[in-house]
Amino acid sequence: MIESVVDVAQEESVYLPQMAQLLKIEQMTELEKVFTLQLPGGRSLGNDPGQFVEVSLFGIGEAPISVSSSPSRSNGTFELCVRRVGDLTNALHGLEPGDVVGVRGPFGHGFPIEKMRGRDMLFAAGGLGLAPLRSLINQVVDERGAFGRVIVLYGTKHPSEILFKEDLKAWEERDDVEFHMTVDRGDEDWTGNVGVITTLFPEIAINPRNTIAATCGPPIMYRFVLMEMQSKGIPETQIYLSLERRMKCGVGKCGHCQIDQFYCCQDGPVFTYAQIKGLEEAL
Amino acid sequence: MSLWVIDKQAMAPFVAKLMDDYRVVGPLAKGSQFAFDEVEDPADLRLDYNTSILPPKKYFQPPEERLMTFRRNGGTTVQPIVEAEPTVILGIHTCDLHAMRVLDEAFTQGYPDAHYTRRRRQAMVVSVECLEPCMEHSFCKSMGTLTADDGYDLHLTDLGAAYAVDVGSDEGKALLERFAEARPAAEADMQQLNKVLGAKWPRFPYKLETEVDELPALMSQSYESPVWEELAEICLACGQCTIVCPTCFCFDVYDEVDLSLQDGERRRRWDSCQLDLFATVAGGENFRESQAARLRHRFMRKGRYLRKKYDALGCVGCGRCARSCPVDISPVNVFNELHQVRA
Repeated sequence: MIESVVDVAQEESVYLPQMAQLLKIEQMTELEKVFTLQLPGGRSLGNDPGQFVEVSLFGIGEAPISVSSSPSRSNGTFELCVRRVGDLTNALHGLEPGDVVGVRGPFGHGFPIEKMRGRDMLFAAGGLGLAPLRSLINQVVDERGAFGRVIVLYGTKHPSEILFKEDLKAWEERDDVEFHMTVDRGDEDWTGNVGVITTLFPEIAINPRNTIAATCGPPIMYRFVLMEMQSKGIPETQIYLSLERRMKCGVGKCGHCQIDQFYCCQDGPVFTYAQIKGLEEAL
Repeated sequence: MSLWVIDKQAMAPFVAKLMDDYRVVGPLAKGSQFAFDEVEDPADLRLDYNTSILPPKKYFQPPEERLMTFRRNGGTTVQPIVEAEPTVILGIHTCDLHAMRVLDEAFTQGYPDAHYTRRRRQAMVVSVECLEPCMEHSFCKSMGTLTADDGYDLHLTDLGAAYAVDVGSDEGKALLERFAEARPAAEADMQQLNKVLGAKWPRFPYKLETEVDELPALMSQSYESPVWEELAEICLACGQCTIVCPTCFCFDVYDEVDLSLQDGERRRRWDSCQLDLFATVAGGENFRESQAARLRHRFMRKGRYLRKKYDALGCVGCGRCARSCPVDISPVNVFNELHQVRA
């Protein structure tokens, strides 16, 4: 009497991925590759900046990966910047263009761009935190006239770990983007700033009430960057950050990503600092 | 809805008839305890059971289940699987009915989970009123779960020689009409029902030293309590409490590949927030590293988080976690200790 449902259209399982093709794979650093993917029929992913997808490799599993391309540049494809760090991401790094992977999503609350238009924007990305922020930054750049000042701060540990060099160059070359970057420690060819990302903050002066800040990076960075942002007078409700958690199901069921009453995968991964500042487990 | 009566000698034929059309499950004796299992002989059914080892949630969210199968030879084909079977669940206690509200909310809110909802829709719920305290660990009266006025298709109350049957849904009514020799409750039956239910309440003690509606506030005030560290000293982090909990629904998803290394299944199984790697991400960062933080998380979920999210408390006072705990951590004692520390 077991009723096995095979008619997906009738009652779709939220756990069933679509099969996406890898169009392009670019080695960005020793640990990071950027994958360009296409959904069946070139369908748009329809993501907001800051949302994520669950990437599936059958036989290995699934992992949440933030989308690093902007909706404004989708072209029927989307990009994921993936550090090889676990089983799934290591296997993903072994794939070739033409291979297919499962994709579910996009999921969660991204950055609310509608609340950002008309404001000055301050971005602070640390390391791989540039991956989700790039989606928002390029969206803002593409709608440049709709925003006030655009300030981008980016810090990595070492010049060999710099991501998205073409984007960085494009932002640097624009007169209407104030771009600052630093590395924790340089090498013999490095002529730029040396120091952690917080050393960039004294160089900028902003109108805090008109500024929306968006930041993404490792937990340790948040503690200091949030202090810098607040010390410039930016209200907690105008600081957005994206949190990393074990978002196993992506749809608010499995419980792994819970932070107090929030499910990171549904209520986040982008939160305002005001939402999470009292939560010990958040940062 | 309406009130009916089934004589006790008519119960076995009722169950037998149900078995022709449904999978019928209910409380059966298992050693010195009771477990929900498939009824093969209506005489085995123990509606007088105290409490079951596992809650009936296993019929909606099995300990393990298949989500899809995949084949990888020459491209990947994936077949989703939603397994459900028309089932009558007999003998659910009202604490577990209240717990099912939490699961219903969790699996239908936002993205509905077809694997759960299809099973849930195909299940008929026949609950039974508790007339005697089941065990030392339960505190259902304090939690407001010692009875229920909805959430069932049929609800039974033992009147001695017969069961009073409350009809809770149209499906329940149809089930009763089609399968049972039932008669509408007469004046004398209702008198007996009043007597039985009137006598029941004083038998159950209040155990929580604060009001149940106060629990979410108590939990918010107890975030920094030293109690979590004290409990973590003795907790073995075995995860039994979450396995037997009727409102715990967290799960892990994993792939299993057959010997060809090509074909396999994506499955899910119950997981526990008490296990040390539950909140660990691929890079190694563990967002609840200490057992004290994990214990606190569990109790916060029970007393506060789920209430905020689903408007239903995550603890129904069934006492299963306390009974299964190797070091006797009991939620009512924890709540009371937090209350005493605060007071």
